[in-house]
Amino acid sequence: MKARLTTAVLASAFALGVTLATPASAKVEGDTIVLGSAISFTGKYSTNGIHAKNGYELGVKKVNEMGGVKVGGKTYKLRVEYYDDESTPLRTAQLLERLISQDGVKYFLGPYSSATTTAAAPIVEKYKVPMVEAEGASRSLFNKGYKYLFAVLSTSEQYLASSIALAAEIAEKNGKKASDVKVAMAFENDPFSLDVRAGVLEDMKKFGMKAVIDDKMPRDLNDISATLTKVKALKPDLLLLSGHSKGAATGARQIKELRVDVPMIAMTHCEAAKVTTNFGDAVNDFLCPTQWAETLSYKDKWFGSAADYDKLFKATYEGYKNVPYQSAQATAAVLVWADAFSRASSLDPEKVRDAIAATDMQTFYGGVKFSEAGNNIAKPMVLRQIQNGSYNVVAPSKWASHPVNWPRKAPMN
Amino acid sequence: MNSNFSLKIHLPLLVFGLAAPFVFPGLQYQIATLWVMVLFALTWDVMGGQMGYNSLGNIFFFGVGMYASAVIQIAQFADVGAFTAARGAIVVEYTDAQYYQGLVLGILASGFVAAATAFALGWTVFGLRGPYFAIGTLGMALAAGELMGTWEWVGGGGGIGMPVFPGSAQAKGLTFYFLTFAAAILTFVTLQWVYKTRFGLAINAIRDDEEKAEAMGIHTLRYKSVAWAISAFFLGISGALFGNIVGFVEPLEVAFPTVTFGIFMVAMTLLGGKGTLWGPVLGAILFHVIKEATWTYFLGWQWVALGMLIIINVVFFQQGIMGWLMEKYPEKFGIIVEDKGGSK
Amino acid sequence: MWDNIMVLVAAPVFSVQLVLDGLFIGATFALAAYGLALVWGVMNVKNLAQGDFVIAGGYIAWWLGKQGIHPLWGLPAAIIIMFAFGWFIYVTIIRRVIDKDLFTSLLATFGLAIVMAQGLNLMFGPEVQTAESDFAIRSMWDNNLTIAEIKVLAFVLCGILAVMVVLFMKRSRMGQAIRATAQDARAARVMGIDTDKVYAFTYSLNAAICGAAGAMISMIWVIQPFYGISHSIRSFVIVTAAGFGNLPGVIMAGLGLGVVENLGGFVFGAEFQQAIVVGLLLVVLVWRQIQQRKLRQVVS
Repeated sequence: MKARLTTAVLASAFALGVTLATPASAKVEGDTIVLGSAISFTGKYSTNGIHAKNGYELGVKKVNEMGGVKVGGKTYKLRVEYYDDESTPLRTAQLLERLISQDGVKYFLGPYSSATTTAAAPIVEKYKVPMVEAEGASRSLFNKGYKYLFAVLSTSEQYLASSIALAAEIAEKNGKKASDVKVAMAFENDPFSLDVRAGVLEDMKKFGMKAVIDDKMPRDLNDISATLTKVKALKPDLLLLSGHSKGAATGARQIKELRVDVPMIAMTHCEAAKVTTNFGDAVNDFLCPTQWAETLSYKDKWFGSAADYDKLFKATYEGYKNVPYQSAQATAAVLVWADAFSRASSLDPEKVRDAIAATDMQTFYGGVKFSEAGNNIAKPMVLRQIQNGSYNVVAPSKWASHPVNWPRKAPMN
Repeated sequence: MNSNFSLKIHLPLLVFGLAAPFVFPGLQYQIATLWVMVLFALTWDVMGGQMGYNSLGNIFFFGVGMYASAVIQIAQFADVGAFTAARGAIVVEYTDAQYYQGLVLGILASGFVAAATAFALGWTVFGLRGPYFAIGTLGMALAAGELMGTWEWVGGGGGIGMPVFPGSAQAKGLTFYFLTFAAAILTFVTLQWVYKTRFGLAINAIRDDEEKAEAMGIHTLRYKSVAWAISAFFLGISGALFGNIVGFVEPLEVAFPTVTFGIFMVAMTLLGGKGTLWGPVLGAILFHVIKEATWTYFLGWQWVALGMLIIINVVFFQQGIMGWLMEKYPEKFGIIVEDKGGSK
Repeated sequence: MWDNIMVLVAAPVFSVQLVLDGLFIGATFALAAYGLALVWGVMNVKNLAQGDFVIAGGYIAWWLGKQGIHPLWGLPAAIIIMFAFGWFIYVTIIRRVIDKDLFTSLLATFGLAIVMAQGLNLMFGPEVQTAESDFAIRSMWDNNLTIAEIKVLAFVLCGILAVMVVLFMKRSRMGQAIRATAQDARAARVMGIDTDKVYAFTYSLNAAICGAAGAMISMIWVIQPFYGISHSIRSFVIVTAAGFGNLPGVIMAGLGLGVVENLGGFVFGAEFQQAIVVGLLLVVLVWRQIQQRKLRQVVS
């Protein structure tokens, strides 16, 4: 018995080692460069996690089809090693440690969501391996002085800020003061949405607007009718919603059901939540901020124009009526890697990091140029409006393809 | 059990624990998590196994400890409210000495804060019996996560970015690895001693027949509260360590992961065999290995596998590994069944 | 918070809206809670997978809607499928935990809840879904009060289901056997009742009732694979407050919870809506405990 127990203990310890110490795949396998990513396949972010993964995969496929990347005279293919972080930051941190120290991966693509990226950033920083992320927009990622974190997307405080500016513009056009605009806010109580809210509050201060409602939605929200009833009672001029895909879906449904009649409604993640497919007319004239739109006139040597990318994506993956920007920016992150490798002409993470920092390129997703802090400063957020079931860019005016419909007409069904 | 036996089992574990980060540097993080899991299972067993009170919400103290230490560490060099409200917008300069001082204070305080919370809550919670106690504690942990998310001062749902460790990556890894290992050993040794005292006998008496124990003059409520405070103390410390390892504290997923870590505690203890000293340790090691293996090889199905494991364990194998061994070889344990088949 | 109360005072129509919405959703809570009360009362199993049964029923209705069949057909479909599923779970798991201590059933069903949530996620994806009934939305007082017809219909259907279950329990052989078993299982066995079958039927009936509640929820609210736990908690709140074997109490508590959740969300802000449910659970438990204390003192 004693011997048995001792053996059991040692066996467990040994088993732990063997089970987990899977053969470390080097950062470069023969002629393949391995990028690592811990991303959400399960849990609450998995919808967008999968959109992002599809974007990564399409980018990798395209780069490989076009001959891969040339590093110092040798050609390499790209491959991504994924783990599922289950939408929890806890797991993200663990998995990155694992990718770095066990699997020997030295180049990273980001996870999905600000919360998980917040957990990932200190770890890539600690091991001095660069990460190009495409899905973590929180401002707090870019004021910690991280040197190894780069983001291709615009930061979250810009998400709904343009809708505040638009509301002010419209108010003045109608002979009202911008400071009279009443704003109602419903934001999910999580790092990303709270960051969006912070950006909105700053812009409201600029115009002197007041918030008549400032509700935070619980994370497992399945009902915001109480908040929306408040909206009906207080009659704001602008309603802002942010809560990832589930917030958008729940919001759209209950706005329809309660016939919330606000002249202007803006919410994040419309495309990802497929609101047009699911709610049809009810979401007409909603404003949806987007990092990217297929109608924009961006181009690159890999995909051609934004519209070409859109076509290719729909042909590659089934069931997409609109290509979510989450996928587009994921692809852009892969392009940044490809570009950086070929400019670094070395596989040394330090040199590649410097090459990424010096990035200044045009992609189908927009310009990419990183600030000292690592966020992309070469690309604006645009605001699209759902007009008869299609997403049309209405702001900022430089990119607008359609005039904005105002006030919103609530469909009477 | 005799000392010869304990040498046989303690020594290899100790050697493994000390050598692991150097032998398997890639697994350092997982093994540190393993020690936290061992601590979880051990502390859960104080109540569940030894006292017959099955809590589903002990993770509550893990979160309390995590927040307590976060607040104390930040309060060293900044105003907590301002620090969290700025969502990391203020960059705080602090010296290494400040960081370590905060860390030591935070870890110590987290244990005491959690223990005090347990003691205070004991007066209300211990009136609940059986399943009501389990559901009540589950509700407590869930409510804590929700309410922390509404408390602006500690960052609300946005969470807190912890102060960054001033040393190198390797130094941070090793520091926290050995801290978790030490915490697990400390828990084990303390419980081993506690179970040998009159206190251990008293909580066993509560498990076996609370009314009789009361009639015998055991002040049951006091004993129950102290037992809970003991497990809360160590859980609080593990929370403080974990918050620093992750570097990011937020209410629902990091501090109060009720449906993951909170349930793992129970599952691990049952797997190893509850009411024994070594059962939780074995169960935690086995469970952690299975968990990491399923996460690697059954991506997407890992939760199904874990849920199945819990069901099968509970339904068909309730006595756990230690229980099964005791049934099979009682003479090897040289025990009468009431004894805790730990080390004697 | 004070402002919000003032809004309600100034425009009572909104409190009508909130109360109505609360009642509509509360009816489905009551239904699921009644299922829990059955299983708890008859076989002493605390089913923590209750909420996942609800969500599974919701997905059945939603899936039918996807196939172009009206999701209302999801109601009978969910009842039948979930009944079969409940039977399967009984035979594989629940049968073996009935005679064990109470904590066992709690933990086993928690494991089941984890497996179900993840299974639904693998089958249907993690998005928030709703089944479109395409019924009209009525409104009055210039849109300040809106009532979706489907909500009214769901409310009525919940009522009809409840009445059917009650009649079944009172009149049918099986119902009588269930009640007899609940009162005294051993005596029932002596009288020749096959208690194993009674238990199996009770558990399956519970799953079917939950499935029905879920089918309604998918049409009037939203479903998502991981929402099960909050529905489970709601059921526990209701049953603990009302006690089992007390159908009117369960219905009142269910409707009350729906209303409290909605009004609370309005008054305190939406971020407290989940916390209110869990907080109520704690309050109810403590209140029960005080009651028990009183009882104990009376006896001693």
